Amino acid sequence: MTFRARHLLGIEHLNPQDITTLLDLSENYVQLNQRTVKHSDTLAGMTQINMFFENSTRTQSSFELAGKRLGADVMNMSMQTSSVKKGETLIDTALTLNAMHPDLLIVRHPHSGAVNLLAEKVNCAVINAGDGRHEHPTQALLDALTIRRSKGRLHRLTVAICGDIAHSRVARSNLILLGKMENRLRLIGPRTLMPAGVADLGCEVYEDMREGLRDADVVMMLRLQRERMDGGFIPSEREYFHRWGLDAEKLALAKPDAIVMHPGPMNRGVEIDGTIADDINRSVIQDQVEMGVAVRMAAMDLLAQNLRAERGRALAGPGLWG
Amino acid sequence: MILHFTNARLIDPEAQTDSLGSLTVENGQIASRDGDIAKGAEIIDCAGKCLAPGIVDWGVKIGEPGERHKESFRSAGLAAAAGGVTTMIVRPDTLPPIDTPEDLEFVTRRAADAPVNIRHMAALTKAREGREMVEIGFLTDLGAVAFTDGVRVVADSKLLGRCMSYAKGLGALIVGHPQDPGLSKGAAATSGKFASLYGIPAVSPMAEVMGLDRDLALVAMTGCRWHADQITVAAALPALRRARASGLDVTAGTSIHHLTLNEFDVGDYRTFFRFTPPLRSEDDRLAMVQAVADGEIDVIASFHTPQDEESKRLPFEVAAPGAVGLQTLLPAAMRLYHAGALTLPELWRAMSLNPAARLGLPAGRLAEGAPADLVLFDPDAPFVMDRFGLLSKSKNTPFDGARMQGKVMGSWVAGKRVFG
Repeated sequence: MTFRARHLLGIEHLNPQDITTLLDLSENYVQLNQRTVKHSDTLAGMTQINMFFENSTRTQSSFELAGKRLGADVMNMSMQTSSVKKGETLIDTALTLNAMHPDLLIVRHPHSGAVNLLAEKVNCAVINAGDGRHEHPTQALLDALTIRRSKGRLHRLTVAICGDIAHSRVARSNLILLGKMENRLRLIGPRTLMPAGVADLGCEVYEDMREGLRDADVVMMLRLQRERMDGGFIPSEREYFHRWGLDAEKLALAKPDAIVMHPGPMNRGVEIDGTIADDINRSVIQDQVEMGVAVRMAAMDLLAQNLRAERGRALAGPGLWG
Repeated sequence: MILHFTNARLIDPEAQTDSLGSLTVENGQIASRDGDIAKGAEIIDCAGKCLAPGIVDWGVKIGEPGERHKESFRSAGLAAAAGGVTTMIVRPDTLPPIDTPEDLEFVTRRAADAPVNIRHMAALTKAREGREMVEIGFLTDLGAVAFTDGVRVVADSKLLGRCMSYAKGLGALIVGHPQDPGLSKGAAATSGKFASLYGIPAVSPMAEVMGLDRDLALVAMTGCRWHADQITVAAALPALRRARASGLDVTAGTSIHHLTLNEFDVGDYRTFFRFTPPLRSEDDRLAMVQAVADGEIDVIASFHTPQDEESKRLPFEVAAPGAVGLQTLLPAAMRLYHAGALTLPELWRAMSLNPAARLGLPAGRLAEGAPADLVLFDPDAPFVMDRFGLLSKSKNTPFDGARMQGKVMGSWVAGKRVFG
């Protein structure tokens, strides 16, 4: 086992062995989650706080379930309705929570880098559950696990990521992870939704979806983030669907066994045709949700081990009589 | 009172020379170079260190009125003296802005607290809202050296054109911030690989080109005297060149941060590296350094912007932009000198002679009769920057912990020692 980090703030800081360690452990939790009694005492006695400064249903419930299945005491804080509204700064919120001695903080925030900032100020392990348009590491890990299970490997695959790349932290984390595992990456989308300079990051950029999908092993669709757009990125949803929506005709250009992924929630008829999303032979969208809980359990398990080791070292230090 | 500086390495930006010699100061003015030691003169042995005209720092923000906890005239003045800055050209973007003669009188009075020279710029439009022009005539009479809304661009071209026409009639100088306000809205970084990877809202360098093109067109239309506060991208240089070639009365400045740092220095969301405009690519940085060497960019300034800890301890995109610079301008400039990019006379042309000349001040020269505003410094002395050692009330410097060279050993304003 190699994963030694204090926090999980992004894929950027992980090496391929870390990723493999996390995914291998996740497999154990996939097994556990399929049993009737889905419980382990790995995090017994530990406190997990979910701080979501941005709306989330699926990620928050996935983390909540993961923590509960590992035996942690889980608390959800909806930061949109709390003291933040009264003018408290992010750092003060962090310090307040820190004083309650949590062991794991799960944080989502609308600004890039905010979770890094918060992690500097607390004594516990922090998992980034999405910061602005920066990273969403557990999403990339669950996508990787899904790919590895259905393709049998996580290298030398052609992965096409399609849609709203510019506003997507999922795309960034996936780009970094799949790049580290040596896959061929293609980004497909309108130029208005393509961040500047991505071609320098070692991926191929396509505007024509048909070209981009040719012979892909994995087709990863992204949600059109209408709430992050201050207008004018695409002319209309119907034109978007026509050019960049995934339908049977476009999917036929990918490899016959290509899988279709989507981080959810889906806009059916905008970026993906409903029948493709529901096609059990191609779509692994439900698997992604299942893997999400397992990956989050694995991440929390490893961070808790590191936290215990660190605290053990601190106790074993010079001692009281030093 | 006569001062005689001996054994000095004299940096003369006017003659573009860097040579050993002596300098005599009498009655607050430079009396002679390489003259005899007068009777009763105080002799200052410079031990071969550099003696140059004091820096004229164009674009200093002081928190008076409104944000005195961030910086006062006194604290900024002490920092300036310690940094070799003998004249501060102060920005009007205070709370409230300096947009009436009464406001200007207040800050002029307050400025007496500082041990260095201070000249004030006034806002160009009332409350810096871009709707009505200020009393340019009254403010000029009271000593405003230039008019600017700071980084807030006057979006209404018709109004800006009228301000320029009116200013032209009075011979007043307008300082613009070349930036397209629509394109740069919400941006905290320059678009490119770095901003994309870190997910920071970004703006294309073209926003600066567009802003410059518009302002220069209005300058051509009105014929007013105009200065660009910060040119930071190579793509903006051709327009500047064309404007000068066609005889427009145009000058341009840049910030020391854009000459010594690039976009990658932001690293892990370090908010002390957040600037307006944002830090640029390395190619643009090199182009700006070359433009200063070629004289295409006239002025280097620190754009001293004090921010308290609270406004910086925030996520990058919502953190306040700007850095303090009065005390770091000289050592940062020494990076350019030691890198062989600019000579000391070239640096002092941009940091002292040009800004003074553009604003009609007699400073920035070592000639006879020039005010004895001087800085004595060792360009080689190494140190590690500790932000808590800065005299400014705010400590937001991107150079914290950096290894730097260049220490100020003494500063004189009108022949009076103010530091060292």
